[in-house]
Parts: sequence; C-alpha cells; structure tokens
Amino acid sequence: MVLQSFKNCLWVSCVLRVPKACFWSTASGGLIIQSVSNDVYQNLAVEDWIHDHMDLEKQQVLFLWRNSPAVVIGRHQNPWQECNLRLLRQKNIKLARRRSGGGTVYHDLGNINLTFFTTRKKYERMENLKLVVKALKALRPQLDVHVTDRYDILLDRQYKISGTAAKLGRTSAYHHCTLLCNADKFVLSSVLKSPYEGLKSNATPSVPASVKNLFEEDPSLTYEMLLDAIAKEYAVQHQIDQHITLINPADETLLPGISNKAKELQTWEWVYGKTPKFSISTCLSMAYKDSVLDVKVNMDVKHGRIEVCNIDLPEQWLPPGLCSELVKSLTGSKFCPNETTTLVATLLRVCPQDDELHSRWSLLCENMIRLM
Amino acid sequence: VCIHRVRSCSSIRFIKSKYVCVFDKSALKFSHQQRLFRTSAVSCGQIVQFKLSDIGEGITEVTVKEWYIKEGDSVSQFDSICEVQSDKASVTITSRYDGVIRKLHYSIDDIAFVGKPLVDIEIDASKGVAPEEDVVETPPMSHEEHTHQEIKGHKTLATPAVRRLAMENNIKLSEVVGTGKDNRILKEDILNYLAKQTGAILPPSPKAEIVPPLRKTEAVPAAPKDKAHKIPVPVSRPIAFSGKDKTEPVTGFQKAMVKTMSAALKIPHFGYSDEIDLTQLVQLREELKPLAEIRGVRLSFMPFFIKAASLGLLQYPILNASLDENCQNVTYKASHNIGVAMDTEQGLIVPNVKNVQVCSVFDIAVELNRLQSLGSAGQLGTSDLTGGTFTLSNIGTIGGTYAKPVILPPEVAIGALGKIQVLPRFNGKGEVFKAQIMNVSWSADHRIIDGATMAQFSNLWKSYLENPASMLLDLK
Repeated sequence: MVLQSFKNCLWVSCVLRVPKACFWSTASGGLIIQSVSNDVYQNLAVEDWIHDHMDLEKQQVLFLWRNSPAVVIGRHQNPWQECNLRLLRQKNIKLARRRSGGGTVYHDLGNINLTFFTTRKKYERMENLKLVVKALKALRPQLDVHVTDRYDILLDRQYKISGTAAKLGRTSAYHHCTLLCNADKFVLSSVLKSPYEGLKSNATPSVPASVKNLFEEDPSLTYEMLLDAIAKEYAVQHQIDQHITLINPADETLLPGISNKAKELQTWEWVYGKTPKFSISTCLSMAYKDSVLDVKVNMDVKHGRIEVCNIDLPEQWLPPGLCSELVKSLTGSKFCPNETTTLVATLLRVCPQDDELHSRWSLLCENMIRLM
Repeated sequence: VCIHRVRSCSSIRFIKSKYVCVFDKSALKFSHQQRLFRTSAVSCGQIVQFKLSDIGEGITEVTVKEWYIKEGDSVSQFDSICEVQSDKASVTITSRYDGVIRKLHYSIDDIAFVGKPLVDIEIDASKGVAPEEDVVETPPMSHEEHTHQEIKGHKTLATPAVRRLAMENNIKLSEVVGTGKDNRILKEDILNYLAKQTGAILPPSPKAEIVPPLRKTEAVPAAPKDKAHKIPVPVSRPIAFSGKDKTEPVTGFQKAMVKTMSAALKIPHFGYSDEIDLTQLVQLREELKPLAEIRGVRLSFMPFFIKAASLGLLQYPILNASLDENCQNVTYKASHNIGVAMDTEQGLIVPNVKNVQVCSVFDIAVELNRLQSLGSAGQLGTSDLTGGTFTLSNIGTIGGTYAKPVILPPEVAIGALGKIQVLPRFNGKGEVFKAQIMNVSWSADHRIIDGATMAQFSNLWKSYLENPASMLLDLK
C-alpha cells in the first residue's frame, strides 16, 4: 500500500505553527488522507479527532482506512442482537461501537472504509456515493454498480458491496461507507449471526443483505487501484491535487488527544455500556443426569448492567438461599461472561462443599453465562 | 475557530440592562462589604423553547436515542443535549443557550420533529449578563480593574459550575487560559490558575528552611543569610477545593472480593514466615528457560514453587484439606489444585492448576501460560476458577517482602511470595556471598492446622527450592 509521499516539510512546519485545526492546509478545497494503522479503535479515533478539531469550512477531507478483523456496530445498536459475541471472543475479532448510526458491519483487510468529512451544511451522502460509483465505473466501465435510495451500493443489482452511516455534530459532519473488495465472506456471515434468543430491544436493527466482493467480479482489481480511482475522482471534484497523505493515528503530536479518544472507544462502558435498554426472556434447557430441566430466565439489562434478574428453578433443585444469592450477585453487575464467571466462582467458595451441589451449580451457571 | 461569540439576542440584552441597573444600585448600597453579591434568578428566568434544527437532506423526523441531560440540569451553550438518529445518521444536538433544562419534550425512542420544540430551557438572566462584565464581583482588587472588566465584556466559555468556582475565588475568567474545546475554561484551568497565584506568594523551594548552625567565622555572613533564608510563613489563602466524594455501588469483581473475604474472616488465621535462598534455583531456571522457549513456553519461577508445594502437600495432606461448615469433618482432598493469584485489569482472580501431583514442572508452566493469557483476555471459564485446594500468591512480582495473605475458603492455607532480592549472606565457611533471597509468608487455618505442621511443611518446601536437585528424588 505505498502511495505518493507526503509533503513532509510543509506539513511539519504547519504542525509547529498551529497546534489545532487547519494545519493541513496544503491545498485548498480538499485533503485526502490514509491511515497507516489497521487498528479499528485508532482509526475510529481519527474520525472523532477530525470531527472535533478540524475546520472543514475551507477544505473537506476524505479519509481512507482498513481494519484488521473487527465487527463494528452502530451507535445505538445492541451487540448481543447483532453478532455472535462468543465467536468473536474465540476468534479474537475485535468489537467496536462507532459514533455514527446505521447497522453492523464486518471489517477485515479485504474491506476499504471511506469517510467524507464536510461542514454540517455541506453534508450530502448521495453525492459522495455517486462519486464512488463514478470512480468505480471509470476504472472498470463494465461494472454494474449503482446507488440505492437506502444509500447502499449494489453490484449486479443484487449484491451489496457498500453500506453507509453518518454522524452530524454542531458544525461538522461525516459520512462513511464500506467497500467490499476481498473480505472473508464466510467469517462475515458467521460472526454477523446472533445466537442469542429471547432478546427484546428498541436498538437499531441491522438489515441483512447478500454481499459480494468486487474482486470476485473482477480479479484483476487491487486495493491500490480502487483507492487511487476514488482519490482521483475526489481530487477532480474538489479541484485539488490527487495526492494522498499518510497519517499515523498513534502520532500524538500530530493529533493531540487522539490516544485518549482511542482509549475511550475501547472501554467496556462505551462498547457495551451504551447499549440501549433491553430485556431477555428465555428458557434454558439443561440436561442433568437422566432428565431435562427447563429453567425460565428473565433479565433486564440497562447500560450493559443487569438491572433485574429472575431465575425460575424447580423447587429444591438447589438450596433455596443459593439461587437468591446468585440473583443478588448478578443484579447490578455487568452483563458480561467474565464478571459473571468470577461472581459464580466466588459463590461456590462459600457454599457447602458437596459434589452433587457443585455440579448442579456449575450447570446452571454455565448456561447463564452462555446468554452473555 | 471562533472563540469570541457576541450574544445578539435582543430580548436577552433587554433583560441584561434591567439587571445592570438593579446591580448598580445594590453595589452602591453594599459597597462597604467585601462579600460577593449574587442573585439566583430562578423566578426571573425566561423559558425558551429550543427547537430541533434542520438535519439536512430534507429529513423531517428523527428518533430520540439518548438524552445527555435531564430536567433540572444546568447547561451551557454548546453542551450536548441529546443524540437523535435518522436513517443511519446519528446527530448530536447541542444547546444554543446557557440555562437550566426545564422540560424534555420527548422520551427515548420517540419520534421528534424538525422545527418543533425539543427541550425547554430557562435562560438564567443574571448569567445572561456574563460575569466577565463583572457587576457582580466585588474583588479585593482596585476599582480600575473592576471597570476594565466591564469594558472588556467578551464572552468566555465556561459552565455555570466553573463560573461559580471562579467567582468564589475572586478570579477573572478573562485572565484564565481555557484548555477545553473552543478554548472553554475548565475546572482544571481555574485550579491551575489558583496554583500559580499561590506559588507567586509562597517561596518556590523549601531549601531555605534549613538554617545552618552559627559558627564564629560565619557570624558576619550569618546575619544577611538569616534575612535571605528566613523560614517563610505560609500565607493562608483560602483555596476552594471543589472535589466531590463519589459513591458507586459495589459490583462485579469487587463484589466477589467482598463475599470471599467476608467468608475468610470466619477463619482464625495464623501466620508463619521464612526466608528462602533461591541462588541455585535462579541458576537452574536460567539454564532451563531457553529449553522451554524452544517448546514455546515461558518459564517463570512459579512452576517450581507450585511443584515444590505439591511435593510438600504429599507429606502434609492436612494443608490440602477442607473443613466443613460446622467444623465437624475434615475432607482431605486427593487432587492438588493449586491456585495462583492473578492481578488483572478488573481485579483479583485466582485460577488454579489442576492435579499438580501428576504434573511435571513443564506441564505446570504450559498450564500457567494458558491461564495467564485467558486471564488477561478476561476469558477464564468457571472450571479454571473453581476447585482450588491450596493457593500461592506471587505478590513479589509487584513488590514487597513479607505479607499477611488471606485464606480463600474453602481452603485452609495460602502462601504469599515476596520479591527476590540480592542480599549478603554467610556461607558454611563464614564467608559473605551474594544470595538471591525471597521471603514467604504462610497463613493457615488454626482450627485444624497447628504451627508445627506449617513450619515443617515450609521447611520441606524450602529445602526443595534451595536445593532443586533434591526435588528429583521425590518427583512423581
């Protein structure tokens, strides 16, 4: 991914002179930048930084970025509803919540992200997407790509190759979209399928769609070609040089405060705690010895924490005090397998040491943890 | 970036001039007072309906997704009020006014309409005057400065709480450098300003406090030295500390610790400590580390400590036992599931290595690696965290020498290992040599463990570690 060099001298002198916004004013009208990092949190932090600190009145910005495997949910979504969190943890796929709205997407290095930064007044998603389509058609005229009124880009009239989301602030706005080039469709479909049942929530739901990679349609395409084509079209439309500046999201001198932004995006409070209130109403089918137990579980989760918890166990299956101890411990705790496991293990320490009891307890707790 | 914003709302200017008159009269009346004079304008505020502004793209309605404020909260201009969503776009709505939120027109998940009222804000009229214009402040400073501020009259961004803090400390906001967004003045900026002011009055360093003893030859220079190095008397200057206590519920890991330790309190603990010479073990580990690395395993000292403990437990099985609730029966556990205390981001967890009695030192190292990586990823399972029979806590990796560890029920013993220090010791010939010394502190349940048992176990454990070759004889 080697692109044109950046105008180092001018850039650095701008940084030294003006610590805040506007220091990249090397060209008028627009600026094209690309991240050297594949860390989803760092890249989302760059978006936040530009949104918060740059003056987009004189120049708009196009930001190009790719991430190593990650699932990115929209601002008001419920990760339990949107993806298979167990699988994510197993495969070490990151989970991020972006600040823009919209649905859940899977990113890996086979997906390109484009962010169009403008002032709030100049916010115009259709124009941006038409720019992308124009660039694709200029590169490969035979590609059947078009923009739908839901701001998706479809290939061959049926396959989604790009999804859109946007964020509007007081003075600035950004519209970002994905572009599927060569993503792992198998992993994509398996992680974006939620195994959690009985969830009821008002969180923004995602609309599943059939996807296809551009490289499947035309194997001669490469990332560089796509990025260059889009940068070229952006440059033409903004009357600037077709010149991509590489930026390092870890550079605190260039982007003061960015590491804090990246840190915030990784906190549990942001990723899980911002989930709109939801409830779970499900029945655990536990196979124990020769019978199957049906245990009704009801939970209300707010800010990612269990507000209310009800476990309906058959009488005397567990000592009466123990189940209520479990419920009491869970109430107020994070809806999180790690925290629940710790609490459960602790409760086991302080109850009578009986193998039968322990195995029943473990069975119940394992099933409870599976809900998370 | 616009910093200075001049309020151009005519109605507010009208209110402002009315209040200016009132304050002027009061200022004359109370001019002899050094006290600050403030009005609370609750009854005189004007309620403004803040309407949802145009989102763009012809959008007429949005869904309210999150409120950042609630009724009764104070807001400043540009503070975030709520988050709304429309067709994949998330919009942050910020306040146009300073004031108090009086009414929220929508609940979460309601549809809000562009052009219709979103919230009602009571504009705090006295604050609308902008304290920089300083009719309110009666500072101990000169009158010229006072009028100068009125002339200045530019609006500085700061929340009502920050303005209050400034007023309480007789600080002019115009003199404070704001480090927040849009050069907004934050609480920290006020505190930094105060700190600088205090520093200007007090001497910079305490070295002047040491008055050298007077000697005959120094009798003459002593006098001017005295003047220069007089012990400064701190000027007591009331600094308003605005830190507030924060109360949070105990949940999650903390709750787990509360439960465990409260139960542990029921156990009568006794302690026993000793010093271990690890010189030979350190050397052995250095030799074995590369071998383990070839096999892809990181070898620390813990696998040796754990295995030696297990060998000791074979001789003193009562330390691997459990006492029932009524103290009627002691259960001697067959498996040595040795727990290892781990400090993670969230708190203390104690996973255990199962069946150490049939594991080699290498097996233990492999298992520890697995538990450590799961632990730091927050992915330990219940089976890893339950079933422990004996625990070791290597607090020495963080620091410390002696400790007083707390037994984790239903176990009856625990050992805390201090850091390894290089210390001088005497050898058999009476010569001083460099020794690698580590301290161990054991705690045991005095209901079923006596001091002698603990001491003998500790001595055996110590002998295995001080002379690692002896472990070979008893390894199973």
